[in-house]
Amino acid sequence: MLNFQNAFSGRVPPSKPAEQLLLALLLNYDTCGLKALSACLYVTPLPIPPMPTRSLLPVFRLALGAGLLAASLTAQETIKIGEFASLTGKEATYGQTVHKGTQFAIEELNAAGGLLGRKLELVSEDDQSKAGESATVVKKLISRDKVVAVLGELTSGRTLEAAPICQMAKIPLISPGATNVSVTTKGNYIFRVCFIDDFQGTVMAKFAYDSLKLRRVAILSSASSAQSVGLAKYFHERFTAAGGTILAEQKYGEGDKDFRAQLTAIKASGAEGIFVPGYYAEAALISKQARDLGLTVPLLGIDGWESSELIAIGGAAVEGAYFSTHYSPENQSPAVVAFNARYRARWGEDSNALSALAYDSAMVLADAIKRAGTTESAKLRDAIAATKDFAGATGKITFDAQRNPTKSAVVLVVKNGKFAFLQDVNP
Amino acid sequence: MSEFLQQLLNGLSLGAIYALIALGYTMVYGVLRFINFAHSDVFMVGAFIGYYIGQKVPQNTIGGGLVVLLGAMLGCALLGMLIERLCYRPLRGAATLNVLITAIGVSLLLEYSGQVFFGATPRTFPSVFPSTNFAFGDLVISSNQVVVIVVTALLMVGLQLIVYRTKIGTAMRAVSLNPKAAQLVGVNNDVVISFTFGLGSALAGAGGILYALNYPSIDPLMGVMPGLKAFVAAVLGGIGNIPGAALGGLLLGTVETFVNGSQWSTYKDAIAFAILIIILLFRPAGLLGKVSVEKV
Repeated sequence: MLNFQNAFSGRVPPSKPAEQLLLALLLNYDTCGLKALSACLYVTPLPIPPMPTRSLLPVFRLALGAGLLAASLTAQETIKIGEFASLTGKEATYGQTVHKGTQFAIEELNAAGGLLGRKLELVSEDDQSKAGESATVVKKLISRDKVVAVLGELTSGRTLEAAPICQMAKIPLISPGATNVSVTTKGNYIFRVCFIDDFQGTVMAKFAYDSLKLRRVAILSSASSAQSVGLAKYFHERFTAAGGTILAEQKYGEGDKDFRAQLTAIKASGAEGIFVPGYYAEAALISKQARDLGLTVPLLGIDGWESSELIAIGGAAVEGAYFSTHYSPENQSPAVVAFNARYRARWGEDSNALSALAYDSAMVLADAIKRAGTTESAKLRDAIAATKDFAGATGKITFDAQRNPTKSAVVLVVKNGKFAFLQDVNP
Repeated sequence: MSEFLQQLLNGLSLGAIYALIALGYTMVYGVLRFINFAHSDVFMVGAFIGYYIGQKVPQNTIGGGLVVLLGAMLGCALLGMLIERLCYRPLRGAATLNVLITAIGVSLLLEYSGQVFFGATPRTFPSVFPSTNFAFGDLVISSNQVVVIVVTALLMVGLQLIVYRTKIGTAMRAVSLNPKAAQLVGVNNDVVISFTFGLGSALAGAGGILYALNYPSIDPLMGVMPGLKAFVAAVLGGIGNIPGAALGGLLLGTVETFVNGSQWSTYKDAIAFAILIIILLFRPAGLLGKVSVEKV
């Protein structure tokens, strides 16, 4: 097909569209592969430059020596802490809030003189809320920026991607909000400062059964999110154990925007409530479409619902929805009041669960660096693991043998377009 | 029964949007014999044009909604013609594969420059049309679903009229049949192809608005999945065939919705694509496509 006539020549054999589809699928869906390739190229050390001619060698050596000296001096100056978050993309409000919390912690630490006589430097990377991207940016943080520890991600799926990389490089990872049970099983360098889904599922099942007196509910969960799959399972177990019935269990895929089919099936099942363990982008559309279909039953969510976008997109549809989370600025405990006041002074807005968790993750790390007296990875890891009764903004943190903290949860309700504190639930 | 009707309605409104996007694929394929992968991103740009115009017009009015719809269609038509002029026309004599790769390049360019200009964060699409829900017993119809179905039907009838009742439509069919012969009898191929891109892109723009009305959270990568589904719909109905694209879109939307509402919802894409493969095995040219032999 090289000339004009052939390119247009009459009818084309029917296999053509199928071939074009295949090609498109390969190319469109293999951007991850392409990215992985470019990432490999990116992190691979540059080839050693060819030896300069003899006369230039001393100059070269001198320059190299000076360069190395300068490099080691700057390395002495700051302690680099890596952070990866969804600063843009589907879950951007998560990443941005988390980043505020982390940055605030680093600023406070630096204002107090830094750690081990050195200032802290936060190296932030954006994973664009995309699968595959976390692995790339965490590799970059470790191999190029040489961070002493990595903070992140809020979501379980993306933390699970980064965990094996950190474990292999023996760089401690502290996740502010990855609640999926399997996260910390990836290795002894992986920690988190939030409760786990096992507990969150219990909280919501108990709340639905005891507080809302629901007996027959439906679950609409994401088939592609590690957190959602886990929570659907725990909620199901606990709710049926308490004596309730799960009438329907529907699933959706990543990036779905139409949930009317699942909701119509749920409506037909006669459920008294719907448990939606998902993130705010989907949760808001689900709430909206549920109300559009005339489903007026209570909606129950999880910590992933906590975002101003939930209300921006969901509007009146999310009014009256309940969800469990890690922290509420309305909580009157002195630690929360004090933290929230300082946070408010810095950012001009109230803190929330995400920023408080992120703050805690950085503070737990700082505390461990202080106790370890070094940033050497094995000692730092042991110091993090030994964290006991650390008073964080989201409660006391003590790591168990699985590197998970035991903490309480709060249930919030959406009231007049705001998240209102409803109750505290202890483990 | 009411559940069945509700699912059918959900499926039709989703399928109507697929059909609208599929028409653009099919028209370009009809005249140029290549698949314009940038089409799904023109769809996305349409939604964003609507987002920006939507903030300037009165909310919840039919007039405001029509301004947004027409604005997005016009903007997308210009964008489609620009893409054709800058990216595809210089490749007019090249092999199909080259054009196809260019199309994928344009698609990625639009997606990622969209992330630069619009930001990667999802935006909330304003409610430009007044929206209410009509309840018939258990069956609930939202006005946005009605808007989708009505607008799609009107646009399809309009398209059919343009293709079969106007001079430019006749020229389009002539170019599709044999571009060289069309040129010999005085058809200006460049103008016809440009018009086809404009028309197809305008439909994508309308699709973008209708999609955003129903799922009011828009982002620069929003076109990828609907675009792929619409492309499948076009192949399913017989690519190059306008009623086929409409049929394919409605069929795919309905099947997807019914699978989604069953306990196999996890496998909805697997089932939708399996159906495509089965249909292509038995009818390689698609449901309404004609099997033909390449002339030697």
